[in-house]
Amino acid sequence: MITMKDVYKTYPNGVTALNGIDVQIDQGEFVYIVGPSGAGKSTFIRLMYLEEQATSGTIDIIGEDASKVKSKDISMLRRDIGVVFQDFKLLPKLTVYENVAFALEVIEASPSRIRTRVMEVLDLVGLKNKARSIPDELSGGEQQRVSIARAIANHPKLIIADEPTGNLDPDTSWSIMRILEEINARGTTVIMATHSKEIVNTIKKRVIAIENGVIVRDELQGEYGYEI
Amino acid sequence: MKFKSWGRHIREGTKSVIRNGWMSIASIGAVTVTLLLVGVFVGLLLNINEMATQVERDVEIKVLIEVTAEEDEITELQETIEAYDAVEKLSFSSKEDELEGLIEGMGDEGQIWEMIEQDNPLNHAFVVKTADPKDTERIAQTIEGLPHVYKVNYGKEVVPKLFAFNKYVRIIGIGLIVGLVLTAMFLISNTIKLTIMARSREIGIMKLVGATNGFIRGPFFIEGLLLGVLGSILPIVLLASSYQYIYTNLSGQTSISFIELLPFNPFIYQLSLGILLLGAIIGVWGCIMSVRKFLRV
Repeated sequence: MITMKDVYKTYPNGVTALNGIDVQIDQGEFVYIVGPSGAGKSTFIRLMYLEEQATSGTIDIIGEDASKVKSKDISMLRRDIGVVFQDFKLLPKLTVYENVAFALEVIEASPSRIRTRVMEVLDLVGLKNKARSIPDELSGGEQQRVSIARAIANHPKLIIADEPTGNLDPDTSWSIMRILEEINARGTTVIMATHSKEIVNTIKKRVIAIENGVIVRDELQGEYGYEI
Repeated sequence: MKFKSWGRHIREGTKSVIRNGWMSIASIGAVTVTLLLVGVFVGLLLNINEMATQVERDVEIKVLIEVTAEEDEITELQETIEAYDAVEKLSFSSKEDELEGLIEGMGDEGQIWEMIEQDNPLNHAFVVKTADPKDTERIAQTIEGLPHVYKVNYGKEVVPKLFAFNKYVRIIGIGLIVGLVLTAMFLISNTIKLTIMARSREIGIMKLVGATNGFIRGPFFIEGLLLGVLGSILPIVLLASSYQYIYTNLSGQTSISFIELLPFNPFIYQLSLGILLLGAIIGVWGCIMSVRKFLRV
């Protein structure tokens, strides 16, 4: 699914974020990315959804060479990748239904497919009854569920979540985790950056720890391993 | 991009034009002023060009024959001139014909000349026409050197003046137009930038979920096009109606006989179409200028 070989990333301002990353993530895996702030987690994740390009090294994402894809191909590749953010990134003026439908409209899905699929994913995240609400009327956890619904609307092969529970209280976080596990159980690869020791140590999955731009630890059934 | 998406782009693009309010009006105004001037200059240039060609086509050489020339000498002169390759037509105009032409040409005031009909001081003349107007000057000079030629007249002053005037109008016009076109594009691209800023979140999400750049560009393309096309309406209406006015009023006045305007139809339709297209191009170009750098992945 994702293979990185000897990947370096230096930003134009001279900051080196990644210092030689080698990693392989397979189809169907659930992977936590952990590490201190500024260690390179975000850059690592941004490379995976092609928001950034590596300075050197090779990255293969769902069978595409990320260093060679053209902008048209990036659009197509992103249709196979769902991204979930800490701050949800919903459109405030659109209803829950419209927010999810928007993601399908702009890739020019057919109206009938949009109608059925939006209700399907809202059902999956348990928000079918809130379809007509606008994001401001929802709690943080509900908003994050909308953003997850949007991320999975196009049946992506890969879900990338950048601290999806970062703004949520513990109870709500668990409900988000249950949804992500459910998505993973259906065969979608999930990669999640997190600072939550409880989550990583309770729901045991593969853990990749990044410090100073290199992978310092990569364990199946790993621990969080940092004190906050 | 799929055809059905254009409905969406048109809706979104129109919404932005309305939401950007004064910036939209400023852009449309800039396009309007630009196109109005373009229209005036193009109309002027094409008409002057047409006049110059007409005048040039009608240029004749009038060869005044010395009063003392005998009839056989006149015939000889005629044969010499007719022998030139460049000469297309030669007609003889007796001094009586000349006087008649003079009297007619002056209208009411010409009647005064009728008094001298008995004692006609004019010369016999040849009216010579060359096949190619460009040869006029050369032939005229050659004829001037022939015996029994009193004087040679041809419209050597009018044509170069018209062409020179045409040249200045063209230089000033192009300079002004280029400046104005750039200003209009700049204003449009700024207006669209406002839309992009207001929609940066939306665009971010569109990119994230895999909308193509072409799709993201769609509404901005429509917005630019709308600003450009809306800006071309007023110039077209103004130019068409004022040309109609000038055309009908000038055609009635026969005294300015050499001013013959291009006919309203099809000229004004062609000009309007040109203005509409230029407006659209300015709008779309302004859109491309502003969107390009925002879409770099």
